[in-house]
Amino acid sequence: MTDLLPLGLLAELTHRCPLACPYCSNPVELDRRSDELDTATWLRIFDEAAELGVLQLHLSGGEPTARADIVELTRGAAQAGLYTNLITSGVGLSKQRLEALAEAGLDHVQLSWQDTDPASADKIAGLDGAHRWKHETARAVVELGLPLTINVVIHRLNIARVADMIVAAYRAGARRIEVAHTQYYGWGLANRAALLPTEDQVEAAHAAVANIRKELEPGILIDYVAPDHFSRYPKPCMNGWGRQSLNVTPRGRVLPCHAAESIRGLIFWTVHEHSLREIWNDSPAFIAFRGTEWMKEPCRSCPRKEIDFGGCRCQAFAWTGDAASADPACELSPYHAALREAVAAPRTDEIIYRRFSSPKPAPQE
Amino acid sequence: MTTSIAPDARPRLSRGVRLHEDRVRGRTVLLAPEHVVAPNPSAIEILRRCTGALTFSAIVDDLAQTHGVPRERLALDAEKLIKDLINRRMVDL
Repeated sequence: MTDLLPLGLLAELTHRCPLACPYCSNPVELDRRSDELDTATWLRIFDEAAELGVLQLHLSGGEPTARADIVELTRGAAQAGLYTNLITSGVGLSKQRLEALAEAGLDHVQLSWQDTDPASADKIAGLDGAHRWKHETARAVVELGLPLTINVVIHRLNIARVADMIVAAYRAGARRIEVAHTQYYGWGLANRAALLPTEDQVEAAHAAVANIRKELEPGILIDYVAPDHFSRYPKPCMNGWGRQSLNVTPRGRVLPCHAAESIRGLIFWTVHEHSLREIWNDSPAFIAFRGTEWMKEPCRSCPRKEIDFGGCRCQAFAWTGDAASADPACELSPYHAALREAVAAPRTDEIIYRRFSSPKPAPQE
Repeated sequence: MTTSIAPDARPRLSRGVRLHEDRVRGRTVLLAPEHVVAPNPSAIEILRRCTGALTFSAIVDDLAQTHGVPRERLALDAEKLIKDLINRRMVDL
């Protein structure tokens, strides 16, 4: 049992997606369409989430609008009292469908952009014409009066244009932009040598964002997430494991974070066998790293343990083979030197796209 | 009234921003894109009136009358709250 109540639920409605971005946050083992939960099960999950205390629902994927029932799901979530946020690629999403979503009670749209340069954007997305589609969707969202956030993932191929992307989002009428550096696990880790920027590029990007922030805020709100591979301390991943958020995969496994399946040995409960409340309170995966009791040194005696919660469990596992060790992004981790070596290692232009048909990337060294 | 919000401005919660009765935690919250805010009870009273129907001046009048609080002080509190939320893109004038 726990006194904690979740604030947010990320519903990965499907892993199907028209894009193939090499930093995708979906797991390397993607769920197939035939595995996906049906409409009634998702609607039950939304009701259970609202009763459990969840306030905000993130309808995500994959591409959530690849689900034929996306309007029905949005309506059900809104009727459950949840704040509904659609996280979309914007590709294949017509204005008519957006209108139906708005009418069903959709509160907010988050739209991903890859770059300001159309050729580069399409190359990163792995789809010709994606950039044009996304701009048409942005226009439709703004015309409908729905609040728009642009999401941009930063890496070596677009980092030089970080300020341009913020300006473009502002001109498109976005209320917010989230600029986040790539997270290096799953697909991102497999593509690290292609995507990781250099230290100089990261410093230039920090300065560019600081400048454009002075110029444009609050005309557009800029949410900038610095990259942990270049910091002294790790990120407060998920604001603590099992503390605020739940993630439901297309097949109905409930995870404390979207990458948690990368940690071998964790036991996840599914919505077929348990209520969301039982899973939140008692499932082994949620209990495993909740609070600070599980910590080892250097985390256990660290004055920052309630600030960054030991960092990211998935990154700790990927580097050390032990998810209870310190995140190697922390300078106090014995593995920090190895992470810094990766930052200094040569880069490549070879991209492994995120596709069902892609060869499964090899695990980390 | 000596505030920088025009008396005849009609503040309203922006699209995609709304008050919500959080029955599980027993409090009223403000839901916005990627944010959950828990305003104090007097802020909630102000925000309930930010519907675009009332002018700033009328909101202050109404609150002063309802709660028997000096109008001058209420106007300053309301202005501070509304300006903060304008900067966070949660309220439009």
